[in-house]
Amino acid sequence: MAETPLVHAVNVTKSFGDNQVLKGIDMDVHKGEVVCFLGPSGSGKTTFLRCINQLETIDGGRIWVDGELMGYADRNGHLHRLHDKEIARQRRDIGMVFQRFNLFPHKNVLDNIIEAPVQVKGESKSEAVNRAKELLARVGLADKPAAYPAQLSGGQQQRVAIARALAMRPKLMLFDEPTSALDPELVGEVLTVMRELAKEGMTMIVVTHEMGFARDVADRVVFMDGGVVVEQGAPTQVINNPQHERTKTFLRRMQAEHEQVVAAVQDTFGAL
Amino acid sequence: MTSVTSDRPGAINARPVRHPGRWVAIAIIALLLAMMVSSLVTNPKWDFPYAFEIMQQKAVINGLWKGTILGTIGAMILGIGLGIALAVMRLSDNPVLRGVAFAYTWFFRAMPRYVLLAIMGIGVGFLYKQFDIGIPFGQQIAHALGLSTDLTFASLKWDDFSSTVWVGILGLGLSEAAYMAEIARAGILSVDRGQAEAAQALGMSPGQTMRRIVLPQAMRVIVPPTGNETIAMVKDTSLLAAIPVIAELYYQAYQFGSRSFRIMPGFVAATLWYLIVCSILMVGQSYLERYFGRGFGTSTSTKQARKVDALLARAGDH
Repeated sequence: MAETPLVHAVNVTKSFGDNQVLKGIDMDVHKGEVVCFLGPSGSGKTTFLRCINQLETIDGGRIWVDGELMGYADRNGHLHRLHDKEIARQRRDIGMVFQRFNLFPHKNVLDNIIEAPVQVKGESKSEAVNRAKELLARVGLADKPAAYPAQLSGGQQQRVAIARALAMRPKLMLFDEPTSALDPELVGEVLTVMRELAKEGMTMIVVTHEMGFARDVADRVVFMDGGVVVEQGAPTQVINNPQHERTKTFLRRMQAEHEQVVAAVQDTFGAL
Repeated sequence: MTSVTSDRPGAINARPVRHPGRWVAIAIIALLLAMMVSSLVTNPKWDFPYAFEIMQQKAVINGLWKGTILGTIGAMILGIGLGIALAVMRLSDNPVLRGVAFAYTWFFRAMPRYVLLAIMGIGVGFLYKQFDIGIPFGQQIAHALGLSTDLTFASLKWDDFSSTVWVGILGLGLSEAAYMAEIARAGILSVDRGQAEAAQALGMSPGQTMRRIVLPQAMRVIVPPTGNETIAMVKDTSLLAAIPVIAELYYQAYQFGSRSFRIMPGFVAATLWYLIVCSILMVGQSYLERYFGRGFGTSTSTKQARKVDALLARAGDH
């Protein structure tokens, strides 16, 4: 193998009560790679994403990010659970974007972005503000530093959330269905920012239902169902020529839904 | 067809609904008010000039500041601080902390403030004449080992401050913490879990997450009932008499009334001061609510915009 993968997950298992949602996931993600996770809801893709930065603790297996074992210290073959502060340190280099944005509503856009660089990394305020200005320009919101999240559209909020994550200069970005809570006409602006980010070489793991994005941007598509990886490969291969019955069923259903939406849009606007 | 416009209904000029009940109510209230005013004006025992005089007495003002206001501020600071700490303990993963917080709330909520203050003012002094600060069980250990020192570093004579407002602040503050703990807990639970997750994902520690992200948002829910508690506390400082602490508004005003056998002006003086203090607190509360409610309205204040502009300009200079 040429280089150690940025994310190296081996046999990851996770249960909520009696419900095992991850049944032994093996997954390597290399530096600069964009990996899209597809699959029906409840397939475990979001849970796996949250395990990577320890928002969920795993029951079995191991996850390494950039060579560092997440959540535990291995001392002479014995695992010791890390202290909360240590886990917080491990999370610094991993950016995360949530389905529901989760911006801090009591802070304006600028304060949302500089909060972690100043409080966690100890950057000076002016340094953080300069970086925030840059990032806001990059996500097309240079005119909004004083706005509060509630004054922004969903698409704008999600772009601020991406800028907030990037302010920590992460090595890896996790996207948990970043466009699922958005009105259809606002999806594009968020995907555009993500496309740019991918072009710049950011390592990205994206849980999404956006087939177009997965096809165009992903280096690899992973299809999950029932807590296991059913198949993975280049987007053209998985999306256009799926091998497994479960993948085919899922893609057919997505296609049907997509066509319904298109038909509905044509019904409404075509008649004008 | 051109005549249609003249047939179309125009502006509404209807008679309003009659409200005879309203007039009856106004008449009754006006009558009651007139009776009250008549009593105030015609009964010389109200003696308002003397009430105003009492309000301005040095001992009364002194009691207002050093008993009522200092007592309220002190007890609320202690109550809010300890209450938030108890709420965080109650919500922690540590079962011991959870249990302690629960037991504390259980005890102090069941304890009447008057009884608590009497115990602290009188009962504690009966149990312990002085408090020694040193190694726990130091005196017993020293005795057993035959040491010359008794391992005590400092002592505190309880009598020196058993009858001061500080005991009152301690008692009222401990009691208040039990109520504030429940208010703070409700506030913390009202904040969406996604907020803490977003903070954690950015690498913030649990302490930073609580202090900078969760608590400021919880304050929006915590402030209104806390204002209520503060106003209740102003009135509860009249219980300081149980300690007994007499440098307190009600006791002083009452004394002026009873000493001169003009009881009512004393009560009126105290009532007016309580009304004034509580009115000022209500204004302060509305400012606090506006501050902690920021980001939940829809308009950016110009002050906020100016602050951000200044920050951006300053950063640009570097």
